[in-house]
Amino acid sequence: MKEILVIDDEIQIRRLLEITLQSSGYKVISQATGLQGLETAANHQPDLIILDLGLPDESGHSVLEKLREWYINPILILSVQKNEKDIIRSLDRGANDYLVKPFRTGELLARIRSALRSNTQAENTPLIQFKELQIDLAARTVTINKETVRFTATQYALLILLARNEGKVLTYDYLLKEIWGDAYIGQLEYLRVYIAQLRNKIEKDANHPAYIITEPKVGYRFVSGE
Amino acid sequence: MQFLLSGLAIGGVSLVAFLFSAYIGQEGVAFILLVTLSVIGMFFDIVPVLVAAVLSALIWDYFFLLPRFNFRVGNTEDKIMLSMYFIIALVSGVLTFKIRQHEMIARTQQEQEKTLVLYDAVLNSLSHEFRTPIAAIIGASDNLIADQPLLSPSDRKDLLSEISKAAIRLNQQVENLLDMSRLESGIIAVKKDWCDISELIYTVTLRLENELKHFELKVDTANNLPLFMLDYGLIEQVLFNLLQNATRYTPEGSSIRISANVTDPGLQLIVTDDGHGFPQGSMQKVFEKFYRLESSGTGGIGLGLSIVKGFVESHRGTVILENQSPRGAKFIIEIPTDKYYA
Repeated sequence: MKEILVIDDEIQIRRLLEITLQSSGYKVISQATGLQGLETAANHQPDLIILDLGLPDESGHSVLEKLREWYINPILILSVQKNEKDIIRSLDRGANDYLVKPFRTGELLARIRSALRSNTQAENTPLIQFKELQIDLAARTVTINKETVRFTATQYALLILLARNEGKVLTYDYLLKEIWGDAYIGQLEYLRVYIAQLRNKIEKDANHPAYIITEPKVGYRFVSGE
Repeated sequence: MQFLLSGLAIGGVSLVAFLFSAYIGQEGVAFILLVTLSVIGMFFDIVPVLVAAVLSALIWDYFFLLPRFNFRVGNTEDKIMLSMYFIIALVSGVLTFKIRQHEMIARTQQEQEKTLVLYDAVLNSLSHEFRTPIAAIIGASDNLIADQPLLSPSDRKDLLSEISKAAIRLNQQVENLLDMSRLESGIIAVKKDWCDISELIYTVTLRLENELKHFELKVDTANNLPLFMLDYGLIEQVLFNLLQNATRYTPEGSSIRISANVTDPGLQLIVTDDGHGFPQGSMQKVFEKFYRLESSGTGGIGLGLSIVKGFVESHRGTVILENQSPRGAKFIIEIPTDKYYA
């Protein structure tokens, strides 16, 4: 049974998460402060941590940084308001995903499943398969319904980066830095254009993307379309 | 400025009277000057009015009162007349000014009263719109906690879904109030970046997926739309509010259409529906804060469209609402902005 650690100072949210997660088959431990959370994380080595950004004793950002010094499993951030700056900051410092309160239970469970799954996916599989999309990393070929689709080098690099991080939100600046380099940070127009090109090639309907999902003002997320 | 204008008025009127002095007697001129003075009193402050009164008395004495072209006054009757003129000029100037002042005070008071009435109405509607879902949550959860054996599983499910609906409604109202207060306090910082409009439209339709299920949605975006320089979050909220209104206030099964076009200054977004449209005379008012159509029932606090207007205007854009023939409403948003063609 997968174990999830919840670090949130609001008792109501802790109760809600305990009931929701336990009834979905997870084992749950919860803590109200950053200090207790860090201790429990070290002792239990949970499979996933849900961390609230607004904690009473220290900021969620600092808890996140301390966790990321040694903790490699997924961390899901809870934020009380849609504050993109906070969200981007925590994603850039190692959080895997975020949810804004109030969130829907279905959404929460989907994010947890996706984070746990991508964590188990081996880094060095040569073949990535999502529904009708297949990427052969060794041969550097992409097929949709067994038909080969051609990409430029940059398009391919972007697709691989997204697909390898399936389920995880990648921020604009992270994508720009990884594909184009430090000098391109903030040049969103490049990314938008290339995402549109990728969608035109891999999505059935580029206006209703099923693989490359937009996280408004934050970044993009590749989903397998479960 | 006021001194100059009142001086010019008195001087000008005097000049005209002087040119026609063969036809107008000295008493007639006095009356014309007094009328001029009253008019000045209606528009200017007290000091320029008094100066104009003194000026007009001197002009009358010098140019018109016999003997003319000096300040001497001939007989006793004329002396009395000059004193009387002087007094009447001062009194009429001061009186007109005072009347104006009183009018202004009355007007401000009236406006204050109106604001109070509006404030009361807003507070009433707000507390109603917040208390209804709160009442639903408290009532339904009490029922569930009491766990009466007569409560069937389907009743239980209904109560739960009421709680969920009420909470979602509350959340949205809080969000609207927050958006509005951010607009009002001027702390909305428009953070523009390159936006893919098709992607934005899709994000909004996804957020409203459940509501839109009962409608016929058509998205009509030109091929090869450029990227636009916009604040993604604000424009997303604009489109969300327009679409949500359409799903709330048009009959189920209506068709809703979103179209995006490039215009010379920037982006044009159009949302149309084939519902009932808006009553004539309400087309401007619907953008006012807390304004709600009488026909719109419960479920909103009258902020959606004022937020639309505020967010669009923060981009220096415009929103126009039209009724369509034969029926339906049409919102046209025009935003001047930079474009990026890949």
